[in-house]
Amino acid sequence: MSRQRRDNGNNGDSGGSTLRRSWRRPHTLLSGTLTGLAWLIALLACAPLFSVLYMLVVKGGARLGTEVFTELPPVAFEPGGGFGNAIVGTAVMVAIAAALSVPSGILTALYLREFGRSTRIASVARFCIKTLTGMPSILAGVFAYAAVVLLTGGYSAPAGGVALALLMLPTVVLTAEEALGMVPKATREAAYGLGCTPTQVALKVVLPEALPGAMTGIMLAVARASGETAPLLFTALFSDYWINQLGRIELMEPTASLAVLIYNYSGMPFENQIELAWAASLVLVVLVMLFNAAGRALSTNQGRDRQ
Amino acid sequence: MTAAVEPDTTSGSDATVIDCRLDKLYYGDFLAVRDSHVPVARGRITGFIGPSGCGKSSVLRCFNRTNDLIDNFSIEGRVLFEGEDIYADGIDPVAVRRFIGMVFQQPNPFAMSIFDNVAFGLRINRYKGDLAERVEMALRQAALWDEVKDKLKRSGLSLSGGQQQRLCIARAIATSPAVLLMDEPCSALDPIATRRIEELMLTLKERYTIALVTHNMQQARRVADHTAFMGVDIDGGRRTGYLVEYADTQTLFENPREALTREYLRGKFS
Repeated sequence: MSRQRRDNGNNGDSGGSTLRRSWRRPHTLLSGTLTGLAWLIALLACAPLFSVLYMLVVKGGARLGTEVFTELPPVAFEPGGGFGNAIVGTAVMVAIAAALSVPSGILTALYLREFGRSTRIASVARFCIKTLTGMPSILAGVFAYAAVVLLTGGYSAPAGGVALALLMLPTVVLTAEEALGMVPKATREAAYGLGCTPTQVALKVVLPEALPGAMTGIMLAVARASGETAPLLFTALFSDYWINQLGRIELMEPTASLAVLIYNYSGMPFENQIELAWAASLVLVVLVMLFNAAGRALSTNQGRDRQ
Repeated sequence: MTAAVEPDTTSGSDATVIDCRLDKLYYGDFLAVRDSHVPVARGRITGFIGPSGCGKSSVLRCFNRTNDLIDNFSIEGRVLFEGEDIYADGIDPVAVRRFIGMVFQQPNPFAMSIFDNVAFGLRINRYKGDLAERVEMALRQAALWDEVKDKLKRSGLSLSGGQQQRLCIARAIATSPAVLLMDEPCSALDPIATRRIEELMLTLKERYTIALVTHNMQQARRVADHTAFMGVDIDGGRRTGYLVEYADTQTLFENPREALTREYLRGKFS
């Protein structure tokens, strides 16, 4: 902004006497062109989401009804049915993943930012977490397969939860660390000035102030985890039944999930299953969007509170 | 609190609460302050004035070991609180800070309700009595009660700058510290809010000993009983502050002993 103004001033000195914007000036033209280009590219970036949404609403919307949420998947050639068990399964596994990754992720962030900031352990840990961010999700599944499935002797919801937790962890740690860093130094000094121990400063003052920001990261991580397919293929597999059978919640059994249902049914030669896959995709995308919107709402709320 | 000492804050025969005998203050190998011996008298306001970079805030931050939070900080010399060196081995800085409160340059209330802000120090200290009563008392002493009594549940950050600073003062005095350190408490405030804080300081000194760092020498003149003037040596871009003169405020401003003080007071440098 300021540079632009200075340029205009220079121009006024050398040639034209006018202060008005003129499209004949090269830098004005360039600036206009680039602004237009930026608009176009921003629109292009939105295009995939909107085209996918359009497809899903057209193809999946028709199949959407209450039975989709309440009924079990149909067998071949059977009409109707739904994927209620997959929604429950996804929710259960994401909940397990969050229960594992959120506490450990926030404690890690506290260590990285508050207690061990300039230690070697912290820099090694931070490097590992950043590497984990880029890890292929299927490897998280392989890890959970080895660590949980082989150990417990079967595919299960906790195995899926562990795989998803591994994918959520880096997002939770890195956003929580950032949120902790946003808490002003003056706040820490005030807390120390009141006679807080370092632990009290971290837990009673800094963490509560950083929590809304950290929640944004948690929501993004939850959104990502609920859409993951690959890590669940080796860990939770799939199931055509409810997670509670005969009045008992069977966590240690293969568990259905929306993502794997879509994966399985989209390749089937049956019209009914393919329609269900479309409907499940729509439900999943809407869920992911809701989590993202919740994350955004939390972060903007925090901004308002600060003012 | 295991290593906490219980300083005797009641026996008032000795008029000096904090006896600063700072010889050298380093950040890393950078000498920030040298030779600054200043007493802080009980029930009085001791002002620290001087040009920017003279280390007056650094000295103040030694009085409750806030400087410990900075890496590479070290001092030579002693800081005696009620006769006990707070930099001696085995002293718990957390315990020191519970007796010596601090108000900072920027108002820094916590992102919690007004009530919780004031109650914070009491809760940290596991105060057993009536929390609401103490909070009200602290807010009254900080001359903020009438403005906030109907909105104690509102966020401390919703207040104006001057109110936030008075909230920070209330938070600091809620635990009845022996000494209140104020590090340029008005520099972020407008003149009206500044006036209120100054009046407040004058009433607070009946209960608390105050050490005040200020960039505004007129403020020191208005409120301080004793004033320490610090100067600065500039050696190749590195500034080392030191005490030039300490006297009661009237003497320092009207009849300074040192030529440097006179020049500073006349506005020859700042």
